[in-house]
Parts: sequence; structure tokens; C-alpha cells
Amino acid sequence: MCSNVVEAPQSARQFAKVLQILASFGNEEAKLVPILQAVQEEYRYLPEEVMTFVATALGVPPARVYGVATFYGHFALEPKGKYVVRVCDGTACHVKGSQNLVETLRDILKLPEGKKTTPDMLFTLETVSCLGACGLAPAVVINEDVHGLMTPESTAALIEDIRREEGL
Amino acid sequence: MTAEKTLTIDGLPVAIQDEKNILEMIRRAHIELPTFCYHSELSVYGACRLCMVEVEGRGLVAACSTAPEPGMKLRTQTPQVRELRKMNIELLLASGNHDCPTCSKSGSCKLQSLAERLGVTKVRFHAPVPERPLDTSSPSILRDPSKCILCGDCVRFCDEIQGIGAIGFTHRGSQSMVAPAFNKGIAEVDCVNCGQCAAICPVGAITVKSDIEKVFDVLGDPSKTVIVQVAPAVRSAMAEAFGLPNDTFTTMGRIVTALRRLGFKKVYDTSFTADLTIWEEATEFINRKQKGGKLPLFTSCCPAWVKLAEHDLPEILDNISSCRSPQAMFGSLAKEILPGELGIQREDLVVVSVMPCTAKKFEATRPEFAVDGNPDTDLVITTQELARMIQDAGLLFGELPVGSLDMPFGFKTGAGVIFANSGGVSEAVVRYVAGHLGEENPVVQELRSDKNRRILEVPTKLGAIRMGVVYGLAEAQRLVKEIQAGQSDVDFVEVMACPGGCIGGAGQPVTHSAATREQRTQAIRRVDAALDLHCPQENHYVKEMYSERLESPNSHQAHHLLHTHYQSRKRIQGEGISLSDMTGTPKIPVSFCVGTACHLRGAEVLLKKVMACVDQEDLGDRFDIRATFCMESCDRGPTVKVDDIVLHGATVDSVMGLIREVVAEGAKG
Ligand code: SF4
Ligand code: SF4
Ligand code: FES
Repeated sequence: MCSNVVEAPQSARQFAKVLQILASFGNEEAKLVPILQAVQEEYRYLPEEVMTFVATALGVPPARVYGVATFYGHFALEPKGKYVVRVCDGTACHVKGSQNLVETLRDILKLPEGKKTTPDMLFTLETVSCLGACGLAPAVVINEDVHGLMTPESTAALIEDIRREEGL
Repeated sequence: MTAEKTLTIDGLPVAIQDEKNILEMIRRAHIELPTFCYHSELSVYGACRLCMVEVEGRGLVAACSTAPEPGMKLRTQTPQVRELRKMNIELLLASGNHDCPTCSKSGSCKLQSLAERLGVTKVRFHAPVPERPLDTSSPSILRDPSKCILCGDCVRFCDEIQGIGAIGFTHRGSQSMVAPAFNKGIAEVDCVNCGQCAAICPVGAITVKSDIEKVFDVLGDPSKTVIVQVAPAVRSAMAEAFGLPNDTFTTMGRIVTALRRLGFKKVYDTSFTADLTIWEEATEFINRKQKGGKLPLFTSCCPAWVKLAEHDLPEILDNISSCRSPQAMFGSLAKEILPGELGIQREDLVVVSVMPCTAKKFEATRPEFAVDGNPDTDLVITTQELARMIQDAGLLFGELPVGSLDMPFGFKTGAGVIFANSGGVSEAVVRYVAGHLGEENPVVQELRSDKNRRILEVPTKLGAIRMGVVYGLAEAQRLVKEIQAGQSDVDFVEVMACPGGCIGGAGQPVTHSAATREQRTQAIRRVDAALDLHCPQENHYVKEMYSERLESPNSHQAHHLLHTHYQSRKRIQGEGISLSDMTGTPKIPVSFCVGTACHLRGAEVLLKKVMACVDQEDLGDRFDIRATFCMESCDRGPTVKVDDIVLHGATVDSVMGLIREVVAEGAKG
């Protein structure tokens, strides 16, 4: 018999975290939304199989979990890249040319038609409606960091920096 | 009647009884207020807004979700109400792909008939209709989400009455739709094919998958001999499809003639194998009861119930009778016996069945009901589909002469016929047991009540038999829970998925009226009463079948041809959650089942411990460890699979032992 936990692969840690999340919410169906929220924090999206597992643990039909997950725009059903780039498309940013930023980003990230995430899973591009940083319009948020008064050039430079950091 | 307990509907005073909403009162006043989302047996949803009426002093309200109050003044026909209704219908017509002539629901579609009734002649709105592909994954039902009006009837039926929830609302706003989990095909999730969603769908968004063309094709193929079996419930409802009075005998006779005219070589009655089912099932029951075998014994003739148990109740699979359904017994016997008698190859005999049931379409595709890939039952059509074939062929059903069935599979006792009613299988078992013990046939009135759950006791020489009869799979699941918790003590349980049993099957002409269901139940009882024989033992052709081929009930040969086994099943198709780092060399797969049953048996704790061991022994890079759902052996969990080897009742030591063995093997070779 062995007992000590040594370094486990990330996916195993994530799954262990799901178990922990479920336990901390007492496996209660009423807590489905916060449970999914916590699961998403772990995986950055809601993997299908994990949702089925959550449904099993809560004793509800998987279709119900899927229904809740698709109801809230906040939940992502597809894996997101390591860097989530959000371009604000609220009124102020829109007026100041946020669409140009989106086009520039699609271009330099070489995003295929209809896709939001780069095939190497490094970047996900999203637009959001008003980040509440209208004074900084147009604004771009990368993960938690807000960058204001952006131009296509400064946006491209941000991406370049990240690529360099990643050794690309 | 006091003035306080009255309200008026279009000026007419109506007494408030115990109605929960004014819609029920309006209907009692003989006004058919249009609705899509209201069904008395389901929860109130209040989404379609078709039931709007005017209440003086309050304006417009949804009748389905407004409680009656004394003194209320309701108006159901004001210009405002009428315009609103019309507009609603127009909006619905504009919001989906409602091309009536090409829709299989045409003729029984509520949207279509309301548009007609309310005089909607043109649609003033135009909205882009989202492209939504058909879901053709299931052999039983067909989903066309582009026709869905989001009334939610199917969602609530599946969840509230069947206790399954295979479909639900997804997304929101203009993207809203009704879909299975993860937008998979309905056959890839936990749907049991009862078809009740199709029966309740007011439009053509969920319909019964049609096999009519395939049947016409084989009938037109000169190299095939096509025979047909007709289930007991079909005769109780076929007349409805032609607007004829429900005289079961004439109806059955006309069905026989129609089938012959359509080109079927032999026309048989599934009631024959229903009699046979009772010989087998009652014998199984008596043996278990006398020898202290596993009880209660659950019936197995409803394939929707069987599939539910395979998904969700693996711990009771040993309690389900191993008898195949009457349809499956028929197919098996027909393909065993008839090719020899007719001098043809098995492949050239085509067995078609006419059923009240959509789940039987799925059952016919089960690989265990086939010999060398040739199915025992080739094609299954529903009562509705047969009615359409009769119309298609131009046969005037009401004028057809009465025909008679072929022997021996056309012979039956009343016991085989009452299978169509909830409580019928139980009553047939009671008759068999009484006959077996040399007792009088008891008439157990409670077996004939229309409640969705009946628990009763039948005194016999074997001792009292405690029987449970349920219909609706939510009620069945509740009863199973109670039995498991020791709160309900029963020996024999009959389960039917559909309301009232198979007479309420989703393949029958559509009805939501309890009165129509009651008429069908009575029609079946009249057949039983009119037949000479009522006990399955009295079926001399069945007796002959035993003496010539099957030896005795539950014999080896009977087991081979008439029984089956059950397998736990995955609820949702999928890959499992990978727990390993997926880079590098190909790895040996290790899967841990974390499905419902294994979950309850501590699969996660086991998984955690094994992962820790694997890491400690530094074996992590050799294995692809996954958590998967259901390895289809839930009764023996926790289940773990290392490479191709399956471990049941797995422990940390047994899993690690196997893992080390596999590693050692790998080092050698
Ligand atoms: S066929 Fe029955 S189980 Fe399947 S989705 Fe429809 S109602 Fe639910
Ligand atoms: S109750 Fe009868 S009609 Fe309904 S699914 Fe079961 S076998 Fe089919
Ligand atoms: S029946 Fe009242 S809102 Fe649908």
C-alpha cells in the first residue's frame, strides 16, 4: 500500500479539485451555478465529461446541467486559450474603433473563420460589451490586465510580448 | 351554490369547484381555449401565452396560471383577446420552419389546426429561421428542432412523468432550443425511446420515426416472404384513426384484411406470444417464490422500462424477468420455425410488427435479438403508421370485410390480450398461478383501477402474493427507491412506461384525453370477456409449442429462444476525463468508472489513492489514466479497466497489482 501524494499531473489535480468543489457545496443541486463557476475557474471552460460527472454527483439529468451551462453567457463550453484577449465593444470603445482592434487581432493571431481560439490553445479572442473602463476607450483586457487607449499597433505589440515570453 | 363561489365566463355564471386555474373552468364551460403548454398532468409552465383571457378590472391574464376567484368576470372572446391569439399563432408560424405539406405532423398538428380555426390566412411577420439540423440518431423518434415552438411539453413529460430528463432547454433568447445534453443525438443520451415526447409535441418538432417506406419496399420485393404480428393494443385504437366507433372485434378483423391486402403473407397476433410470455414469466416467478430466489420480480415486456433500468438501476437488473418481450419472442419463434415450414431461407423471411409502441422499434435493433446479424424482428411500425399505410393504399378501412388470423400464432386467450392495459400482465400472471395451483381464477378489481400505482395482495396456496403495478417511469423509479429502502414489500412488480399501459403508447393515434384512454382499456376488456379462454394455460397451440419444441417453461431450449440477459449501459456517450499528461509515447489506458453506481461505491476515493501510488512508483508517464462513465457493469463496481483487463469490485491493491503486472510484462516483451 502506498499513501503519500507526490506531484500529480495537472488533469488529475483538476479532477481532484472538482471533487473538492462538489463536496464544499454539499453536492446540492441548488448550488449548480456556483459549482459550475468554480469548475470553470479550474478548467477555464466546462468540459462535457466534467459536466456529466457533476450531473451524476448531484443526481440530476446531464441535460439540466447543460441547460444551465448554456443559459449563462459567462460559461464557456469550449476550451479557452492560455491568454484570453477581450476587446471591449461597448459604445465608447466601438466609437473609438474597437472593431479595428478585433480585425488586427484576428489577423495576427491567424484565427480560422468562426474560431475564437488559436489551434495551439495559446489565445482566445472575445468581444465584451462594456468593461466599465470607458475613460480608457478603446480597451483590451488580457486575462486580468486592462490595457487602455489601444491602437492596432500597441495591440500587436502586446501579443508580440506574450509570444516572446512564451518562447515563440 | 352560493354567490361567493361563482364567477362568470362570457356572462355565464359558473360555479367554482376545486379547479386550480381558470383554464380548467373555461373548459368545463365547453369552451376549447387554445393552449400549447398546458397539460393537466404536467406542471404549469405559462409560456405559450395562447390562453390569454380578459378579467374585468385586471386586463389580460394567462388562464392556465390564474387561480379562480369568486366574482371574477372573464371574457374569452373580446377583440383584443382574439387579435392577440392570432398574432401569437402568426409569430410562431414565422419563427420556425412550418412548411405544413411536407411535415409528418400535418393533420394532427396543433399549430396548423389553430391557424385554421383562428382564421390565420397570412403571416405578417418574417424572422430569419435558424438552420437546425434534423436529429436522426434514434430508431424511435425524429427531432426537427427547426419546428420547435418551445412550449416545453416534451421536456416536462420526460422529466416529470418519466423521471428521465433526456431533453431540456438550452441556450437562451433567440438561441433557445430544446435538446439532449451537449446537443448530442437523442440516441446518444439516456432517452428510453418511449416516444411520449413525440406524442405530446403539439407540432412536428419531435415525431415518431417512420418505417413505412421500408415496409412498402419489402412488400414489393418478390424474393421476400413478409409476415406480420399485431400487438394487442393496436386493436383498441385503430378505429380512432378513421373516426369509426371502437368496436374492437370488427376493428381487428378489418386490420387483418387490410394487412392481407397490403401484401402480408401471414397475419398473426402478438397476444399469442403474450400468452407464452406468461408461461415463462409466471414459472420464473413461482420458482423464485418457492426456492427463495431474488424478489421482487419485475416485468420485462416494456422495452422503455428495460432500457431505463439498464441506465439507471443496474442494481435491480437481476430482479427483472429474463423473459423477452412478446414482440421479441414472436420474432425469435417465427424465424426459428417458419423458414422450415415455408421452405425458404431465414434471410428471406421478413417479420414486421405493428405496435402501439416506439420503444419496440429500438428493441428490434438490439443485437441480442438477432441470429448471425439477421434480426428476429425486421421492421416495426406503429398503429399510426399502419393507419397511414392503409390510407396510402387507398383502402377504405370502414368498408373492409372482417378477416381472420393465421394459426398457430394467431391464437390467443384473453390473458394475452389484456397485456395492452396497465395491470393486464399482472392479471394474466394471477390467472396462470391460480391455474397452476388448481385454484379458481380470482378477479382482482384493484388490478383494474386506472391509478398509476397500485399495491395489492392476492391470496394463493403459495401464500399471499404482494403485487405492485405502476405506469410512468417516474412512478416506477419512486417505487424502486421505496423497495430498496425497505418501505415497500412486494413480490411482483409490473412496469409500463406509458399512461395506462400500452394502450397509451406513443405509436397510437394521438390523444391527451383520459376518457379516450379509458375507452381503449374497456375495449381490451371486452375482447377478454368475449373470448372463450382466459387462462394462458388454456392456449393449446402454446401447449403444442412446448411439447414439440420448447419442452417445458424455463427449459434450456425455452431459455435459448425466449429469454435474454441485461447489461448496464452508459447514460451519455463520451470519452471520459483524461487525468494524465497526454504528451510523449503512447500509453497504456487505465479507466476508472465514476458513473452513478461506481460513484456510490467510492470510485473517487479509489481513484485518488491509485493516482497517488502511480506517482509514488513513478509510473505516471506509462499510463493514460481516465475517469469514464459507466463500463456497463455497474452491479459489480467499482470497475477499473487496465489495458484490456477489467477489474470488478476493484481495490487499491487489486488495481496496483494489475498495473505492476502490466509494467513487468512490458519490461519482458
Ligand atoms: S422518448 Fe421518452 S425518454 Fe426519450 S426524450 Fe422522449 S419522453 Fe424522454
Ligand atoms: S408501456 Fe407499452 S407502449 Fe409504452 S413504451 Fe412500454 S411497451 Fe411501449
Ligand atoms: S397554456 Fe397558458 S401560457 Fe401556455
